[in-house]
Amino acid sequence: MSRLTMAAALGHGLRRAMRDDERVVLMGEDIGRLGGVFRVTDGLLDEFGPARVVDTPLAEAGIVGTAVGLAYRGFRPVVEIQFDGFVYPAFDQIVCQVAKLHYRTQGRVRMPLTIRIPWAGGVGAAEHHSESPEAYFVHTSGLRVIAVSQPQDAYVMLRQAIACDDPVVFFEPKRLYHRKGDVDLADASPMGLARVARPGHDVTLVTYGAQVTTALDAAAAAEEDGVSIEVIDLRSLSPVDYRTLAASVRRTGRVVVTHEAGGEAGMAAEVITSLVERCFHYLEAPPERVTGHDIPYPPAKLEALHLPDLDRILDAVDRVLGRPASPTGFEDEVVIPEAEEAVR
Amino acid sequence: MTTMHTLNPTADPATDIDEVARLIRADGTRVCDGELDPWVDDVDHAFLRDLYRDMSLVRSVDTEGVALQRQGQLGLWAPCRGQEAAQVGTARALRPDDFVFPSYRELGVGLVRGAEPADVVLSWRGEVHATYDPQRMRTAPPQIIIGAQSLHAVGYAMGIQRDRGGEIAVAYFGDGATSQGDVNEAMVFASSFAAPVVFVCSNNQWAISEPVTVQARFPIAGRAPGFGIPSMRIDGNDVLACLAAMRWAADHARSGAGPAFLEAVTYRMGPHTTSDDPTRYRAPEDLEAWAQRDPIMRLEALLKAEDAWDDAFEAGVADRADELAAAVRDAALHARSREPLAVFDDVYAEPHTALAAQRRRFGAYLDGFADDEEDAR
Repeated sequence: MSRLTMAAALGHGLRRAMRDDERVVLMGEDIGRLGGVFRVTDGLLDEFGPARVVDTPLAEAGIVGTAVGLAYRGFRPVVEIQFDGFVYPAFDQIVCQVAKLHYRTQGRVRMPLTIRIPWAGGVGAAEHHSESPEAYFVHTSGLRVIAVSQPQDAYVMLRQAIACDDPVVFFEPKRLYHRKGDVDLADASPMGLARVARPGHDVTLVTYGAQVTTALDAAAAAEEDGVSIEVIDLRSLSPVDYRTLAASVRRTGRVVVTHEAGGEAGMAAEVITSLVERCFHYLEAPPERVTGHDIPYPPAKLEALHLPDLDRILDAVDRVLGRPASPTGFEDEVVIPEAEEAVR
Repeated sequence: MTTMHTLNPTADPATDIDEVARLIRADGTRVCDGELDPWVDDVDHAFLRDLYRDMSLVRSVDTEGVALQRQGQLGLWAPCRGQEAAQVGTARALRPDDFVFPSYRELGVGLVRGAEPADVVLSWRGEVHATYDPQRMRTAPPQIIIGAQSLHAVGYAMGIQRDRGGEIAVAYFGDGATSQGDVNEAMVFASSFAAPVVFVCSNNQWAISEPVTVQARFPIAGRAPGFGIPSMRIDGNDVLACLAAMRWAADHARSGAGPAFLEAVTYRMGPHTTSDDPTRYRAPEDLEAWAQRDPIMRLEALLKAEDAWDDAFEAGVADRADELAAAVRDAALHARSREPLAVFDDVYAEPHTALAAQRRRFGAYLDGFADDEEDAR
């Protein structure tokens, strides 16, 4: 057991994967001599050399597109997209090529790429450095999507992602890069399962990434108020482990989903719908989602207003418990049109 | 280092089409080219006849493809009439173990690489997305997204470097693709890493209805040197020049000197696809002028001039072309659609619980019709 930051745990995961399999090749901007802008790849160039730790030109489509070619050749590329907002230039290569080549070729071509993305906000960054693009990738068949929330998972799940024969988009919350945790370097738990981060019996609170920390804070605060919240960390966004989720919701009868990304057609919408399909008769209250606003990511001085905080989560918890809470804001929208002009 | 044909900086990509390296003139006369000739000094009449046969087969299958689409047997077809020399000439210069990343129009490249009749039609018929086994044929599935495959070729070439392999990778794309970021990024990566890759731009003058002048105000081969990549602009309707240039480019890449770039100046005689109507955007006199440069007629004229032509050869090629076209037709007409649940196959290489559940549910739904089918019998 070691005490490591998430960045260091990820670095250990990469080192182990590269030692285990010489076909693992890292590619990205500034990942070599500099060790990556978050230092995740620190020291790997010295150990593995420039053929396996490749400092690339500044071209995201180029990074992912050439990784596709390496995968054709039987390599297992791990690419680093420097910041979440920089993944968009590579979007075509990811969703049209990486995600589809196995299907297109009836399984004859494998794309075991891992696409690492330093992700989401809360670090006071510049524009395009705090995006939450996970829903785009969850929506794309052929990709697996992972979002880690603690050093242990970062180490284990990164190795699992690299070993997986499918392409994996791997989200690393920037906000947690320097947070330390215990890491068991021998852990071999299976991929794709959600984790009960804190057991409870009144409300199921589902989340992932850096928001797990906020959710745990909310649960601790609620405990003082006599409310027991079960916090579930999804870890895998595609596929979602609905067994673990549904088992919890059937016990609690109440569900809140929270994430940083905007709510419209987001992960919460998907998770809630899927839980309603599975657990409708067990629900004691309409599920709630607490998400970022559907706005472009705001300037750093305003980001605290965008990120769902402990109070917004507890407000939703109050609502699913039928306790006094702030208005939903939906009240005015429920109108029965009496005349044609009313439906304009 | 300079195997490049000097480009006039005022050259025009549309009008200066004769500023190209060439070995056979449009009338079939053989000309000398100091740079190209050494690469084809082994090409005898038998070899020329093979090239003629290959181009004739491609044209025959292409004609059959258009007919099958018109008869409702294929959803779409992307004709390559007029581009047979660029495809056959360059593909014949490759080794079987080289890896090719083609666009959707490279029928001739596919046939040279060993595509079977079914491989040619099943995807246009909508039975599967990709037909042949890319690893076995060492040819990626035809790419629809313009230029995306150029990066794949570079990445593959970077893999060859790591394996210390002796192969090269080849990317084929059209003139329109040179406007895409991917092709430009591919040249940056290829040049920076000295990847053993050859870029082949088939400049067929048209990107659907957009003329090449919308993509380029200077001959496309002129771009590569700006990336540090030597290039050559060749007559794409001259199969011998295409063979020679590709041998040069492949040798350059194979030697460890890094990437090379070819622009084969040719013309798409047909529509972009069978859904397109080129009469809306191009002049009949252009078509007539290009018909005079036909790659197959040109080689036939050379073979005749060199007394390497006889009726038996001509009849043999025609028979083989008919046979292949018939086999392609047969493959289309006898295609069997896969069973319904196959739509879920191979989305993932490893089990994915969400998709497995969806497959189960759809399977159960389909099973609900079993009784109806039973009754109908």
